[in-house]
Amino acid sequence: MVILNSGDTAWMLISTALVILMTIPGVALFYGGLIRRENVLNTIFLSFVSFAIVSIIWFVYGYDLTFGADIWGFFGSVSNPLFGGVIESNSLSTYAPTIPTGLYAVFQMTFAAITVALISGAVVERMKFSAWLAFIPIWATLVYMPIAHWMWGGGWLQQMGALDFAGGTVVHVNCGMAALALVLLLGSRKNSRLLPHHLGYSIIGTGLLWFGWFGFNAGSALGATNLAVSAMIVTNISACVGMMTWILMDKLQTGKPTLLGSLSGAIAGLAAITPAAGYVNITAAIIIGFIAAICAYFAVSHLKPRFGYDDSLDVFGIHGICGIVGTIAVGFFATPLINSAIKGGLIAGNPAQIGIQLLAVLVIGAYAFVMTLIIGKVIDKTIGLRVEEKEEIQGLDINLHEESGYRLS
Amino acid sequence: MKKILAIIRPDKLEDVKQALEEIGCHGLTIKEVRGRGIQLGITESYRGHDYKVDLLPKTEIEIVTNEVELDNIIDTIVKTAQTGDIGDGKIFISPVEEVIRIRTGERGEKAI
Repeated sequence: MVILNSGDTAWMLISTALVILMTIPGVALFYGGLIRRENVLNTIFLSFVSFAIVSIIWFVYGYDLTFGADIWGFFGSVSNPLFGGVIESNSLSTYAPTIPTGLYAVFQMTFAAITVALISGAVVERMKFSAWLAFIPIWATLVYMPIAHWMWGGGWLQQMGALDFAGGTVVHVNCGMAALALVLLLGSRKNSRLLPHHLGYSIIGTGLLWFGWFGFNAGSALGATNLAVSAMIVTNISACVGMMTWILMDKLQTGKPTLLGSLSGAIAGLAAITPAAGYVNITAAIIIGFIAAICAYFAVSHLKPRFGYDDSLDVFGIHGICGIVGTIAVGFFATPLINSAIKGGLIAGNPAQIGIQLLAVLVIGAYAFVMTLIIGKVIDKTIGLRVEEKEEIQGLDINLHEESGYRLS
Repeated sequence: MKKILAIIRPDKLEDVKQALEEIGCHGLTIKEVRGRGIQLGITESYRGHDYKVDLLPKTEIEIVTNEVELDNIIDTIVKTAQTGDIGDGKIFISPVEEVIRIRTGERGEKAI
């Protein structure tokens, strides 16, 4: 009989708290520093309400819909609404047999919350707060929960053998494509220049994201194991290579290394290693961080102006692109020497994995994009997505919240 | 009575303050302002995009003085704030109708 392992349980409790720190205040501060000073509170607010709303619905029905008994490979059955009786039964998780079911559920809750919060970076400075409040539960239910079920909850992609260790598709491709869809509906801001009003916030935010990412990736080993150690090392290496690569790109392209660039490169490396963290070695992590930062750099500096969409804080450009790079990289670099539970990818003699990874990216990307377009369109027709022009010019803090982030006395 | 409004480079503030101190001009008010003149913008670069920032940070010094001291103060500011490059700033002089010291209610030049 398998019994609760207190080492694993302790590590997963800490990992859960670490991932919470990524959203509030990690993502909130990272985004909050990059926008105009008149919108700082609204931008931070978007992440905080995402966390609160997703946390609630996750335990009302979300966990079951994602991880309940599989129905036709597409979603889980809601058999314990409000988590009724699950904690009382003291059961251990079927997904992680050495920790309690409740712990696995709250760990997964943090992933759902951060995915929604990440999307907010694309829509800042112009989206109605009421529209965002409506978007959160609808999107989490119709997009995040099915996709997480397909990949992690016993759904059809998992049955096919698609690999996503900690959320390259479920979190990053998903939020990136959703962000792109929302941005196309919302349109560009009146002033779409990226002139950070307080990079200090973004520095603290990136630090918290990087730190929290060890809970995200090493925590996805679901125990205090060698695999968690391996995931932690490759996560850090990829972030560092991503940072140095972006600095190099800055130097080559615009002439000077920039701090925001180095932070963006680190996040690119972190996002790209996420699907691969428990499957690849250090050499692969270096390659993944390097390629991811270059792809993200060109996506934000060339692709975005070329097509003219206003992905304000580059959610698609960094998270979407790096999620795609990392997920496909798994098909090349995954190895059973790191994780004995898998067959591995091309270098381990299983080239078919590349096809499965590509399919996962395409299906999840397309589903997230199309569903978000539909959800956004419905909200636009009912509540309206965008604030009044004069509110946008004057700033959202004072108009939507009657507060201001900075005052003289 | 005259008001001197000098817009200078922020990094020249300490020098100007010290020079004014040496000629006995103690009272002044300072503001951090942004503006532009012939110098136009500087370029900042974020995530691979270059942005022209057309308002530059400057420091504004406000001094109210009597006619006797006026030229001495102007000369001191010009001498210490000057680099010879575009962007050194400007000085504006305007008449002041009345000065009132709030603490005592005194009026006129003795209230400066």
